[in-house]
Amino acid sequence: MKHDDIIALAHLARININSDMVDDVTDNINNILSLVDQLQQADTDGVEPMSHPLDASQRLRADEVTEKDQRDSLQSVSPAVESGLFLVPQVIE
Amino acid sequence: MHQYTIAELITGLREKRFSSTELTQHYLDRIHTLDKQFNSYISVNEEQALASALKADERIAKGESGDLCGIPIAHKDLFCTQGVKTSCGSKMLDNFIPPYNATIVENLANAGAVTLGKTNMDEFAMGSSNESSFYGAVKNPWDTNTVPGGSSGGSAAAIAAQLAAATTGSDTGGSIRQPASFCGLTGLKPTYGRVSRWGMVAYASSLDQAGPMTRTAEDAAIMLNTMAGFDAKDSTSVDEAKPDYTATLNDSLEGLRIGVPEEYFQDGLDNDVATLIQSALAEYEKLGATLHTISLPHTHLAVPAYYVIAPAEASANLSRFDGVRYGHRCDNPSDLMDLYKRSREEGFGEEVKRRILVGAYALSAGYYDAYYRKAQQVRRLIKQDFVDAFKQVDVIAGPVAPTPAFGIGAKSKDPVSMYLEDIYTLPTNLAGLCGISIPCGLTPNKQPVGLQLTGNYFAEAKLLNVAHQFQQQTDHHKQTALND
Repeated sequence: MKHDDIIALAHLARININSDMVDDVTDNINNILSLVDQLQQADTDGVEPMSHPLDASQRLRADEVTEKDQRDSLQSVSPAVESGLFLVPQVIE
Repeated sequence: MHQYTIAELITGLREKRFSSTELTQHYLDRIHTLDKQFNSYISVNEEQALASALKADERIAKGESGDLCGIPIAHKDLFCTQGVKTSCGSKMLDNFIPPYNATIVENLANAGAVTLGKTNMDEFAMGSSNESSFYGAVKNPWDTNTVPGGSSGGSAAAIAAQLAAATTGSDTGGSIRQPASFCGLTGLKPTYGRVSRWGMVAYASSLDQAGPMTRTAEDAAIMLNTMAGFDAKDSTSVDEAKPDYTATLNDSLEGLRIGVPEEYFQDGLDNDVATLIQSALAEYEKLGATLHTISLPHTHLAVPAYYVIAPAEASANLSRFDGVRYGHRCDNPSDLMDLYKRSREEGFGEEVKRRILVGAYALSAGYYDAYYRKAQQVRRLIKQDFVDAFKQVDVIAGPVAPTPAFGIGAKSKDPVSMYLEDIYTLPTNLAGLCGISIPCGLTPNKQPVGLQLTGNYFAEAKLLNVAHQFQQQTDHHKQTALND
């Protein structure tokens, strides 16, 4: 990965990287990627990818209301709230 | 009182040799006096702890108490505690006061356990040294120039310095077992799905598992009895019968087949560690077990597979920290994108950002098959190694980590060298099995070393039995960092 790739990746991950940090981050990410590149040696032909240790599927429940309305309590930890709504900078002109 | 195990404290409380209030006050006093040296706690909740202790004393007086009633414990700071800051070791959650309790917090509180406070940890549980915490590094009570291990480093140091009778931890790639090894404790990572993850801040959801950290295997069994069990609120919780983990502790080990993986004793394993592991294995032979060399041929691929899967899941899980609903928010955002990007830049530390970026890369268009899919295929190969091994043996034994605790600062500038520290613990998480670290002696430099035992799915009772029998025969778990 090059300098510009990291800037594009950081945009995808919605993280700002200070310009004087980009070289450091690039080096570290490249070191990690060369570590994980060892995976390419493994013969995985015909091996089913494993996403769950017990190969379990998502448990479903009956389509019934089970939770009470806790909006006020859950929004009590929000940085900016008004009338039950989360406030963000203006999005629509 | 602080020298006692949970089992001994239960007897003391029932025989009214001391009250939970006295015991709790004693631990609080120790934390105030001693923890400046170790930094094992992020927050201490004196008022709440004493109020719970008083309630526990009333329950004990009425004779209606369970095993953990009145026992002072502490929670790793990633378990949500209603009304008490849950920071996850991050600036991102420095202002986060959860409106609810994690299931295990609730279970332990209902059992009457007293919460002293919340313990320090690597930020978002990403680390093997507890140096990445926003609240500063934790020092190992055995030698304060060394790390306590991570990510549950505060939970480990708090027990090693006898600042809690037991603690909770979480283990995604070794985060209970490795600090237990470095601090001379017993640390159990249960089978994936055994203990509820609800209310535990998520790092890598297909690997994360909560477990107890204690002085002895018997104490771990007592803790697990309350922590384990099905939870409808955790969609990955497994509805599997829960035994009484204390009931089989005294079973004989006669005829137990212990597998010793040859891949765990190759280059990179410290000589002092190897010697102590070998003598622990010899001890098991005296107890009637037989040793069998086995092979786990894909072990060398565990670190690369983990460092794709865990960051990929982390990049998805941590997308919720966006400065909108809770957590850190930057000042004066110019627009929505600036709000997201700067809140995350300021709120996350270096290691967390690195893993999010690696994960985002592994999941991005054009790279998914080469990284994420490939890592999941390798994950199955690693699991299959264990499935094959457990056809021949009952438990697997080996080192927890290649070295004893390393110096503070020794690996923090080189992430890859830190990642390699978890080579023997990661495979257990990738396969979803249970594992335990138990003390097996001190190096000539007086550093503790842990023996790792890995069990089959839902074989926690067997692991605890095998660990307990060792502790009946040896005194390694009785050695303490402080002589007070």
